[in-house]
Amino acid sequence: MNGKPLVSIVSAGMSKFQKHEGLLAREIFTLAVQETFTRCPKLEPKRDVKSMFIGHMGEGYEHQGHMGAIIADWTGLLGIPATRCEAACGSSGAALRTGIYAILSGLADVVMVGGVEKMTHRTTAEVTEYLAMASDYPFEQYHGITFPGLFALMATRHMHDYGTKEEHFAMAAVKNHYHASLNPKAHMQKEITLETVMQSRYVAWPLKLYDCSIVTDGASCIILTKPELAAKYTDNPVHIVGSGQASDSIGLYERKSFTSLTSTKTAAKTAYEMAQLSPKDINLAEVHDCFTSAELMAYEDLGFCKPGESGKLLENNQTTLGGCIPVNTSGGLKAKGHPVGATGTAQAYEMYLQLSGQAERRQVKNAKIGLTHNVGGSGATAAIHIYRSAQ
Amino acid sequence: MSTQEQFFCIEQFYKSITQGKLLAGKCLKCGKIHLPPRPLCDNCYSNQFEWTPIPNKGVLLTYTVIHIAPTQFQNLTPYIIGIIELENGLKIPGTIQGVAQEQLKIGMILQVDFNTCNTATQQQQLPLQPQTWPQWPKYCLKP
Repeated sequence: MNGKPLVSIVSAGMSKFQKHEGLLAREIFTLAVQETFTRCPKLEPKRDVKSMFIGHMGEGYEHQGHMGAIIADWTGLLGIPATRCEAACGSSGAALRTGIYAILSGLADVVMVGGVEKMTHRTTAEVTEYLAMASDYPFEQYHGITFPGLFALMATRHMHDYGTKEEHFAMAAVKNHYHASLNPKAHMQKEITLETVMQSRYVAWPLKLYDCSIVTDGASCIILTKPELAAKYTDNPVHIVGSGQASDSIGLYERKSFTSLTSTKTAAKTAYEMAQLSPKDINLAEVHDCFTSAELMAYEDLGFCKPGESGKLLENNQTTLGGCIPVNTSGGLKAKGHPVGATGTAQAYEMYLQLSGQAERRQVKNAKIGLTHNVGGSGATAAIHIYRSAQ
Repeated sequence: MSTQEQFFCIEQFYKSITQGKLLAGKCLKCGKIHLPPRPLCDNCYSNQFEWTPIPNKGVLLTYTVIHIAPTQFQNLTPYIIGIIELENGLKIPGTIQGVAQEQLKIGMILQVDFNTCNTATQQQQLPLQPQTWPQWPKYCLKP
């Protein structure tokens, strides 16, 4: 079978994504780690976990940096090396990649990777400002370009070049809300209609409120080990068989194309080659739909369709549960929620559930190969992982 | 670096804006033109540059209208943002002023304007957090 395992996931956990009133990030993380440890009784955390990498984007939210050591403390693992990974909204995708480095280096047999963000206690203006920090300060933030604004600049050009309509973006929102309604841990639990999306107010034209991912609080956590040690901990592991990460200019304006993310394409190529797989082998994917338009671009950049044809995939329900390649069965960033630092490993959590047959009402039948796609900023970072069921 | 130890850097770019000039850094070794200027050429790693003026007219590549803004820009909403392509494929983003949203068209010609911009930081200084850094002038894009 294609795809030699690089590392194996032997357990995973995730807090519900919601407004966690009164809880700090470190406390929200305990909800994810509790599930992780409970799910894997053969893991003795204090004995086995040798290192941790924690995705966390912003000091602004809680006036708190240095999240690695804090999470080590709140997970009862003080003493082990614990490092915060920061790549904006791609922080825990980068943490996952770093965890793989740690295992492959031979320095650690069992590694915890995860991510956390607490956002909902801040005003919309504050969150807008903190998120914008993932973009270029001197030429973007300084001139009032917001994060939705950057993705809107890409969406405008996609509409111009390919005839994509605002309705296509809206279809991604409707689909992801439907998936979220099947995921008890998603922030949004209700289905929505195309009209709801189309009638919502503009945030950054052509993107509307319902095109934007949900600001929420949440944490996610994954335990990685060497493939040859996986059986020691579980009889139902999920293997990671491909990993790619790439960087691009911080400023959107400096890039050659506004309708495609070069970082995604580069990271995908690396991951596909490593896994000896191609886009047609992928049964399901979690892609970085920080805005609905970003989901469309992801289909194209990951090779699920040709450039400009992402709207057709949505028109034909091909990325809905039951379609040929379900995308964002968790509800995605759009409807599950996007606690930025937690998103990358939350995608890995969904893939772990799906490929180990634990996704319940949203289980993709016969899912063997999955892909996660986590983006930082407007695409200055992309981290892509390919997973294979052990069964 | 050039004479007088002047770095080719973003601060210097904004200083040239103050003087009504759009300047890029041209690598003396490989010829690559950098906008914004940078102290080390990412192509050939030379640190030898000269300033080169860039015509301030360009083609609009894409745009958006910002309705939800960070605190310091809230009193300007809705405002238009665009990216224009100047000569040599150099691009620059900025607020677009003097054009209604309905008149915006990808491909239209806009120019970088240094003098008559309506900007947030000039209008709204937050009393408890006076802006000490950066002291950069704002430019905008106009027909």
